[in-house]
Amino acid sequence: MTTHSEPTIVNIGPHHPSTHGVFRMRLTMDGENILDVEPVIGYLHRGSEKLAEERNYTQVITLTDRMDYVASMTNNQAYVLSCEALAGVTPTERGMYLRVIGAELQRIVSHLVATGFFLQDLGAFATPLMYSMRERERILDLFEMLCGARITVSYMRIGGVFQDAPAEFWPALRRILDDFPAYIDELEGLITDNEIVTYRTKGVGAISGADAINGSLTGPVLRASGVSWDVRVAAPYDVYDRVTFDVPVGDTGDNYDRYLMRIREIRESLKIVEQCVAQIQPGPVRATNAMLFRPPPGESYVPIEAPKGELGFYLVSDGTIAPYRMHVRAPSLINLTLMKQMLVGWKLADAIVSFGSLDVNMGEVDR
Amino acid sequence: MAPLEDNRIFSGVYGFFQGTLSAPEWLAYFFGGFAVIMTVVNGFLLIGTIFTWMERRVVGRFQSRLGPNRLGPFGILQAIADAIKLLFKEDIVPRRADRLLFNAAPIVMLAPSLMALAVVPFGAGSYVADLNIGVLYVVAMSGVASLAVLMAGYASNNKLALFGAMRAVAMLLSYEIPLVMTLLGITVLAGSMSLVGIVGAQGIPFLLVAPLGALIFLIAMSAELNRPPFDVTEAESELVAGYITEYSGMKFGIFYLAEFSNVVLAGALFAVLFLDGWNGYFLPSHLWFLLKVFGFLFVASWVRATLPRMRIDQILALAWKYLFPLSLVNLLLLAAETIAWPDPSTAELWLMAAINWVVALAAVPLLAMVGARTPARPRRVGFPQEVR
Repeated sequence: MTTHSEPTIVNIGPHHPSTHGVFRMRLTMDGENILDVEPVIGYLHRGSEKLAEERNYTQVITLTDRMDYVASMTNNQAYVLSCEALAGVTPTERGMYLRVIGAELQRIVSHLVATGFFLQDLGAFATPLMYSMRERERILDLFEMLCGARITVSYMRIGGVFQDAPAEFWPALRRILDDFPAYIDELEGLITDNEIVTYRTKGVGAISGADAINGSLTGPVLRASGVSWDVRVAAPYDVYDRVTFDVPVGDTGDNYDRYLMRIREIRESLKIVEQCVAQIQPGPVRATNAMLFRPPPGESYVPIEAPKGELGFYLVSDGTIAPYRMHVRAPSLINLTLMKQMLVGWKLADAIVSFGSLDVNMGEVDR
Repeated sequence: MAPLEDNRIFSGVYGFFQGTLSAPEWLAYFFGGFAVIMTVVNGFLLIGTIFTWMERRVVGRFQSRLGPNRLGPFGILQAIADAIKLLFKEDIVPRRADRLLFNAAPIVMLAPSLMALAVVPFGAGSYVADLNIGVLYVVAMSGVASLAVLMAGYASNNKLALFGAMRAVAMLLSYEIPLVMTLLGITVLAGSMSLVGIVGAQGIPFLLVAPLGALIFLIAMSAELNRPPFDVTEAESELVAGYITEYSGMKFGIFYLAEFSNVVLAGALFAVLFLDGWNGYFLPSHLWFLLKVFGFLFVASWVRATLPRMRIDQILALAWKYLFPLSLVNLLLLAAETIAWPDPSTAELWLMAAINWVVALAAVPLLAMVGARTPARPRRVGFPQEVR
């Protein structure tokens, strides 16, 4: 009897427990081994960029919330920075500090979610996820104090933020800053030196530094590959030039390094928030510019370091109240570039874990 | 083998049918036996059901949440509510499924674990049959469950289900060997294959005498039961639900129940083989046995709440590279000691325990060093790249 085998094509997603939304991987498999990967995206396309052309500059802020919905603060920030460059508005001091506090808290939230779901993809029965979600809740409570919303915050405005933090915000923030290092230690104690985690993730899905640059990866994914590049350091915006922090850098660029980068960045973010709290002075939170305005014709692009990588809004103005064109450089989408390179030759289980380690948000990929 | 007449349930029902109803003897015999089976099976399934609730509560606590707490005291009726819900769900069979295998798989899954119960002693003198090849019988029965997984995965006509089934078979083939080797060691130590006999031979619990065996048994049993960190056959983050992806309604419920019942069975086996069975102090023997089983179940829940999942190739490597040599060491050691002390007294058992602990504590790190892992590396791709 002769036998022959042929590759199987397996669709992971769009309906799948660990595709972080509606991502689809078309895997060509030889048994458990991956021969080919074809990412299929577009299931969550909502036409945000087109919708922006129909709204005035201030209204677009609410659209940015819904792109990377795990990190709306940084989306707001990238957009308002771009608008300010376009309209020539200078934000107020206190507004900038509040923005950085919001953005760094948001980075913690995003990294907690990324870590929790990464471990969920590894097969941990929700325990790390529950731990991360528990701490995330506390920060979301802070966001609620700031602006009344927890996820879709729309907190930032062109020229600052839309309202000052209430009095009870500062003690609550203080408590979180005091408690958080212990929580991170607890989470790390569960994960970082776990034999199975290291066994599963070390060396898996490695991306070399050169490849990462060629693939224009950014954020923790790039830094895990040993490239020290952080927009907050390279081109400081808001008040990042007034705070000091380290940029954690990995060496092998494997799944484990990507996880470790996020944990370390959470600690650095706490440092930044700490310094901002020490430096912030009373004052107006928003410049006196008009909400409805007509920037001069031109274009602008201000990149920021979002939790997932370099995020920027490219805006073209034709002198009317709405952007003529808005384009988003979405780190989630561009970080998917090297998927095939990461996955071919590994097992099915690694595909899920590597995808989880990239920390991709489908809302941002498809926009 | 204990005569059936000694069984209180049997003799009660038998006497009722023959005496009070003056039924013919064969009918009384039938109903008497049936009553025994019903008691054991339902009692066992009840414990399995309680375990589904217990695990959710325990894991909930580990995850700093409450777990089911609405129905009944502490939410203990949750499992019943779940069962009712499953009963009322639509029973879907995929159009291109192999209907016969698809429908038979849940039964094949549950039946062997119930059959294995026949030889498990639940308390002093409480067992259906004291089979003189009890250990062998239990191993044979536990192997059938993997056949059910393969049936379910193949019949579902779903690639993810088939992946789960293939993984289950690979895992069974690998883990059966260290498991059987360990059980062989226990058999040599106890001088008996009967589970009752093994309990009788435990002057001190075999957990102390054969620590290596207990460790291998725990790991290999977790793999056989598809418990974390070896739950690759239904890895929800990879295979959705693995081989039960296409099942709904009560068929799914039976799979679920069978899985949890199998864990209870494993706990009972662990109690019998390593924890001195039903023997204890002050409390009635059945209660002691239950305590030991639930201790095992708690550990199982604990592991589930803590550990992430291993990859299938790593799981197989663990079985062949680490557990298999360890189980050989365990077997040889126990065999040598049995030759040295053919009928060990308690003092001699303690001496054996001391030797075995030293060997265990030396062998495990030594093997870990020898088998120092090579860094993970992608497999070279065998097929041409351009396959579409």
